Amino acid sequence: MLSLIIFLPLIGALLIAFLPRASTALMRWVAIGASLATFAASLFVLFAFSNTQAGYQFVESYKWIEQYGIGYKLGVDGVSIWMLMLTTAIFPIALWASKEVVHDRLKEFYALVLLMEMATLGVFLSLDMFLFYVFWEFALVPMYFIIGVWGGERRIYASMKFFIYTMAGSVLMLLAIVYLGINGGTFDLVALIAKNGPWAASAPLFLAFAIAFVIKVPLFPFHSWLPDAHTEAPTPGSVILAAVLLKMGAYGLIRFNLALFPEASKQFAPLMMILAVIGILYGAIVAFAQTDAKKLVAYSSVSHMGYIVLGIFSLNQLGIQGALLQMVNHGISTGGLFLIVGFLYERRHTRELARFGGIWAKMPLYGTLALLFTLSSVGLPALNGFVGEFVILQGAFQANWQMTAFAALGMILSAVYLLTFFQKIFLGESHDPANDKLQDVNWREVLAVAPLLVFVFVIGLYSLPFFNAMNASVTSLLSVAGLAMK
Amino acid sequence: MSRELLGTLTWLAPLPPLLSFAVIVLFTNRYRQISSAIAVVAMLTSCVLSFVVFFNAVGIGNLGEDPIRGIAYSFIPTAGSTFNIGVAVDPLGATFMFMVPLACSLIFIYSTSYMASDPLYTRFFAFLSLFGGAMMGLVVSDNLLSLFVFWELMGFCSYALIGFFYRKPSAYKAAVKAFMTTRVGDMLLLLGIVYLYTQTGTLNFFDVLHNAKVLETLAATPAVLGLGISAAGLIAILIFGGTVGKSAQFPLHVWLPDAMEGPTPVSAMIHAATMVSAGIFLLLRFFPLLQVGGPDNTAFMVVGLIGAITALLGATIAVAQYDIKRVLAFSTISQLGFMVAAIGIGAYGAAVFHLLSHAFFKALLFMGSGSVIHGVEHGHEHVAHAHGDEHGNAEELDHDHGAETASAAPAFDPQDMRNMGGLRKRMPITFYTFLAGGLALAGFPFITAGFWSKDEILADAFHGLSTGSLISTIVFIVLAFSALLTAFYTARQISMTFLGEARTEAAANATESAPAMTFPLIVLAVFAIFFGFVNVPKDFPVLGALFGPAAGWLKSFISTQLVELQAFKEEAQVFNAIPLLTSLVVALGGLGLGWLVYGQKPLKAGQTDPVEKLGGLFTFLHNRWYFDELYRVIFIKPLQAIADNYSRVIDKGVIDWALEGLYKLGVGIAGALKEFDRVIITGGSDLIGNTVRSIGREGRELQSGQVQNYLLSALIAAVVLMVFFLVLAQ
Repeated sequence: MLSLIIFLPLIGALLIAFLPRASTALMRWVAIGASLATFAASLFVLFAFSNTQAGYQFVESYKWIEQYGIGYKLGVDGVSIWMLMLTTAIFPIALWASKEVVHDRLKEFYALVLLMEMATLGVFLSLDMFLFYVFWEFALVPMYFIIGVWGGERRIYASMKFFIYTMAGSVLMLLAIVYLGINGGTFDLVALIAKNGPWAASAPLFLAFAIAFVIKVPLFPFHSWLPDAHTEAPTPGSVILAAVLLKMGAYGLIRFNLALFPEASKQFAPLMMILAVIGILYGAIVAFAQTDAKKLVAYSSVSHMGYIVLGIFSLNQLGIQGALLQMVNHGISTGGLFLIVGFLYERRHTRELARFGGIWAKMPLYGTLALLFTLSSVGLPALNGFVGEFVILQGAFQANWQMTAFAALGMILSAVYLLTFFQKIFLGESHDPANDKLQDVNWREVLAVAPLLVFVFVIGLYSLPFFNAMNASVTSLLSVAGLAMK
Repeated sequence: MSRELLGTLTWLAPLPPLLSFAVIVLFTNRYRQISSAIAVVAMLTSCVLSFVVFFNAVGIGNLGEDPIRGIAYSFIPTAGSTFNIGVAVDPLGATFMFMVPLACSLIFIYSTSYMASDPLYTRFFAFLSLFGGAMMGLVVSDNLLSLFVFWELMGFCSYALIGFFYRKPSAYKAAVKAFMTTRVGDMLLLLGIVYLYTQTGTLNFFDVLHNAKVLETLAATPAVLGLGISAAGLIAILIFGGTVGKSAQFPLHVWLPDAMEGPTPVSAMIHAATMVSAGIFLLLRFFPLLQVGGPDNTAFMVVGLIGAITALLGATIAVAQYDIKRVLAFSTISQLGFMVAAIGIGAYGAAVFHLLSHAFFKALLFMGSGSVIHGVEHGHEHVAHAHGDEHGNAEELDHDHGAETASAAPAFDPQDMRNMGGLRKRMPITFYTFLAGGLALAGFPFITAGFWSKDEILADAFHGLSTGSLISTIVFIVLAFSALLTAFYTARQISMTFLGEARTEAAANATESAPAMTFPLIVLAVFAIFFGFVNVPKDFPVLGALFGPAAGWLKSFISTQLVELQAFKEEAQVFNAIPLLTSLVVALGGLGLGWLVYGQKPLKAGQTDPVEKLGGLFTFLHNRWYFDELYRVIFIKPLQAIADNYSRVIDKGVIDWALEGLYKLGVGIAGALKEFDRVIITGGSDLIGNTVRSIGREGRELQSGQVQNYLLSALIAAVVLMVFFLVLAQ
């Protein structure tokens, strides 16, 4: 089943490759169809998923390169189930939202997006380190082209920066994976964790993995690729980047760093928390200074992802569960905000905040949608962002109250920059005559954000199913790694 | 009625307004009359449900120890934690279930007329419903988590409603300011919440606050900060941080005066029924946590001092304002300071009493001022028509109340009291009701609610003073002086607005407001006068005996809240003439002084306000002690400066500089290798060099052919992988 989920997008990409260049509508529908089929398959997994089982489910294991202990092993547990759902849900939305944005080389575009989906799904579902690495690296390529070909003015610079930055990070990880594979005698993650070898306390190995992951997250001070990549990427690219790609880093930290190197994790937890808190505050302050709407949202990601790392390195139940939920929430809110900013960009071809003002009066429905995503990102209770943020702060406080006190300052700052963002675009009077002709959002745009919006409320009001699915796996992760509360 | 049923009714009480919000937003947002009708009916339903619970609760003797509880649900079900939410009604909650829905209902009814000409009428009622529903939810919450959810929802509602005229810069700036300022307090509150949970493993009020063992443990645990504070004290102070933000206490009081940028009914909501009361409510809830540290402990001192400073600050500033709503705004700040100071000296019952009576008379005063503004505006429009002044009129009318939009003529301000005068004759109902509210605020002896509640605070403070409590001494002196100022500025306000002759043509042509607006005023005026009689002290001369067993009812009802309170209450009941005399002197003295300056010889048109004779002091007070300017210099400017330079210096200057350096180094080495390659191994593979060169030319457009090649290879690679797996799977 999981193999089917991973390779359905590839089948879509292949179909598109054989379609004539002129039949753009068909390509679009094939792409959306393939991603929806993937989503349907993942829904099946979700419904069959057992909340009480701590271990991996739907496991598929085949031998691959036997002499090195490399296998093809997939599985899903409470840590990855929501990553799976987030990925399969975001891609159809991103594809749906591409119509107004991407006008040339559609064939390549749709094929690349589907390849991207395949790679990210592989990352979240692989249980073999080598297989994981293959998908991890593979995920870089489509995004590199999506930014580099369909991006904005500085797209080449941004895509190069993105590529080199993340590539550099993963080189060390590859070395560490090979080292572990040779010393542990297998690349099977589950088997390696069970062996609980001497590497559990190894600082170099921890760092080799952590650097690859925190660049992807990105954690301060490894974040400088992100604003450029986000800003230059076309809207669907930004949405995928924010909602899914960043999560690969945070997911990796939980799946590999905590599980493989629990002792080292304990050692490095204070450092990681400090960097997380710096990221929260730094991202928020820099976001406040941005004059470009998309850049502002990009920096808000740095701040929000800081909370997630803070939760992960609280090394306790609440922190990690909060982080996992917040990963979903961030995908929803920031993905939504990128879509929202994209709608305006398509109309005005500028994202300069100073060019707007008074847009709410011109586009009432659009304004309301934007307000909801803004508030979700601010972490207003009854919406999704609050639940994750609260649980993370609760967990973090139990681990390190000083860090949490500083992190809580981010609550104020997020209100500052996000409300300023909303105010500058939507409130007041419009001073630019170009804004007078603006049309409110159309049904296609509403349909793009509607599913996200539903989950803004669902998670905010009824987070029960989300936590229930992850409870058992996180508990087991902590106890196996010996990280459970002292 | 059975307790289960009451618990269910308590669950239901906040729902109608919350549902009304959803229904208006989703379905009826195009239909004005239906939307407002839904909102009003929903609020009245909520009111009826609450009253049923309240009147049943009053009959339960041990409500304090054994509150009405509803079923609890798990809100955030992480493994090994208990974030359950449920509802409960204890005496404190019960009194709020009386005041909140009643005040809200009256405000809703008033709004149907006040907002009648506004184009965003339905949006207004949607947010108003959410506001009321959130406050109801907050009141019935039995735990800190759902309380915080509703607390923040109210924060959002205030943002949306203060900034309701969102095209007007002063309005949206005030909205953002309110949200951000209160958010500072919310952050402290949230830290208090997570700290409390870390210490006790629960956020349920009754598991913590009614549990002597838990309280003692908290009091015995040193706080994480050290500083000689107990965990109980620090948690209490952090939670108090929330109150400081929401209830506009010094130093976070700056948002409340600006909040009057919202339509007047919103001011009434914020200043009386919901927002600011919520902050005091929270502090009252956590009173046991303050109390467990004993009298004059650090937490009590902090609360008492902040309250006293705020009471004085607000009262002094109110003296030097001209805007009718701004005077009231600062008086709210000051009166909230009274309540907080009362809590700081342990006068729990007095704080509840003053909060309730203040809610009634302040809602009255705000809606009264709204009626005044409405009347003066109509007068202004009338005059403008009469003069054939077409300018601005048509546009103004279809907009909303001229004063509250950017399009209003800048020359005339219908909220400026200098433009009023003589309204007593033009708007009699508004005048008499406003007078009732004003006298209650000033604490006019015996016949106003404000007198009884304020006297209660002073009596308790004096009791503390006589036992040698430092904080009680400070509070007694500061509050007595603030009460004097209160009476003075109230007399000034009433005189400038209603007495004498009209100072402008607009005021001369003002008209009385519609019944939908005057009816709530009358109801509230009744409360402003008679509400005080629910709590006449038992041993008060003559009146105490007159009320017989009903005397001191509120306090004895509230005091069943906590067993520990009983002792304090009994002691304080001992009558002492000094605080009573103080109350009489400050109230009558302030009113008398105001009468001498403003009432006897009412201000003439063009005459300077006598307060301005204070010179520099007047300027200082008129500019609100320059707090806004101060904050701009010490917080906002530096934040902007840091933000503006941060990204340039750190992101571009340090991080990217280092990275680009590394990159150039790499390219340099590669270049050197390439030279090596070309020169030494002539004709050898150019692979490395070419690759490096293609990366190096970062400015070059990616060729379409290239993309296709890459894509093709990626696809092929992926297909090979898949085939490989498929073969393996056999």
